[in-house]
Amino acid sequence: MHPAYSVVFFTTATGAGYGLLALLGVLGGLGFIAPEFWLGLVGMALSLGLIAAGLLSSTGHLGRPERAWRAFSQWRSSWLSREGMASVATFIPAGLFGIGWVLMGKSGGWVAIVGLLAAAGAVMTVCTTGMIYASLKPIAQWHSRYTLPAYLIFSAMTGGMLLNGLLGSFGAGSTAALVGALLATLAGWGWKLATWHYNDRLEIPTTANTATGLAGGTVRSIEWPHTEENYLLKEMGFRIARKHSAKLRRITQVLAFAMPAILLMIAFALPWPFAAAASLLAALSQLAGMLVERWLFFAEAKHTVTLYYGR
Amino acid sequence: MTCLPAQTEKKLGLVIDLDTCVGCQACVTACKEWNTGGHMAPLTDMDPYGGRVDGVWFNRVHSYEHTTEQGGRTVNFPRSCLHCEQPACVTVCPTGASFKRASDGIVLVDEDKCIGCKLCSWACPYGAREFDTDVGVMKKCTLCVDRIYNDNLAAEDRVPACVAACPTSARHFGDLGDPASAISQLVEERGGVELMPELGYKPTNKYLPPRARTERAAKVDAPALEPIRADGGFLGWIDRMLSN
Repeated sequence: MHPAYSVVFFTTATGAGYGLLALLGVLGGLGFIAPEFWLGLVGMALSLGLIAAGLLSSTGHLGRPERAWRAFSQWRSSWLSREGMASVATFIPAGLFGIGWVLMGKSGGWVAIVGLLAAAGAVMTVCTTGMIYASLKPIAQWHSRYTLPAYLIFSAMTGGMLLNGLLGSFGAGSTAALVGALLATLAGWGWKLATWHYNDRLEIPTTANTATGLAGGTVRSIEWPHTEENYLLKEMGFRIARKHSAKLRRITQVLAFAMPAILLMIAFALPWPFAAAASLLAALSQLAGMLVERWLFFAEAKHTVTLYYGR
Repeated sequence: MTCLPAQTEKKLGLVIDLDTCVGCQACVTACKEWNTGGHMAPLTDMDPYGGRVDGVWFNRVHSYEHTTEQGGRTVNFPRSCLHCEQPACVTVCPTGASFKRASDGIVLVDEDKCIGCKLCSWACPYGAREFDTDVGVMKKCTLCVDRIYNDNLAAEDRVPACVAACPTSARHFGDLGDPASAISQLVEERGGVELMPELGYKPTNKYLPPRARTERAAKVDAPALEPIRADGGFLGWIDRMLSN
């Protein structure tokens, strides 16, 4: 599948944004993170900013972005429509939570309720994003039980990493935040390795035989219907990443998991300003790594239409 | 509405005979010619005379070499929308632009509602949908919905353009929901198959596999021509004269 940059950025940014929003909503609303104006303002601006930037970016790959409002209509059948509705609906409790927790400096009571609602909205939105991919049968690498948990784990992981960096920067860092971010990173690493292991051993029942209805033997493409690349090959016949996948997987592991984990362990040992710097570096490294991971997620996915072209 | 009808009154579709298709591309050009002025018009071509030709087509003919224990053969394979009974291209559509008609089962796109998110083309395992980069919307085969019900055409012309154009009658059109229809009978008789049945899209269109090989073909092991004997008779004399 062709990795459109707008969609790669969109899923990575909103994943981190919703992860951070959910953590702030739960931990801030229930008072585990004390309301503090600048910490709250930067945290909410970061999470809502990432979400808004991601959503705007996602309209960049539309053919007719001016009609995007129509996407809020088909929630009965379409995960994409559900994603649109959930993402917009989540802004309401998130905005109220921002008013209560950041501007009014409150936690508990109604602020806790809107905080939990914002967290629930964030989780739902990430689920709908995951289901868009998990529900596509023609792409075996996506239509698997690994896809939805991956979106949730990576959202919690990158959100937790941002929260840890944020708390550290405002001198409110804690061992709990560090340990949480580290454990989430290790969980994400494990899940990604398990996913790759699964995908590399996939036995896909759909073959050139079933695609053409020609039973038995081998079916070899000897002539395409066209001489140049068409929409199908440009959009679904993307092959560059499969060529470099081993290298790109190593880059992903270093940037998204290994480096952040090492930096977090260093942060344990260092005093305040240095620990915060290490935490921030860990977050930056992880976000960069997740962009590569998401690019690979698309580029390594093989659509059944490529069977018609002998690819 | 992108929810699917529980059932459709008819299941209009095509049956394509892989035994008789000669890969002449007549259906391809007839489709393009009709539909670039039809319901989903235009079928935009980008850079049509340049080095990177690209454009929207609803029907593409591939050629394959199918090799089995009995030997190999070339199979020409037209590929177009199969108007599935379970078209995920419709259910994934966020805007309601894609729909399956309850009356005849034809899957269509309302170009005025399409936002060009391309998700439907990802959801189609068969590559039936093609994006028009110029107009910014998705396009697909309409089963020539503007021909098959068109009272301005003679009755025999009320079939999809690809069917009308096929010189070997490899393409058949009809109601596959009616077991008594000629086209259903044909599928029954020839053992028509669905493409990628394992994915569960339940395509309406069926493909008739090439017929089994027979031993009826002419034997080609005739003896090689012998030179005319040089001696004797009129022909021998001609041979001698011409050999000089």
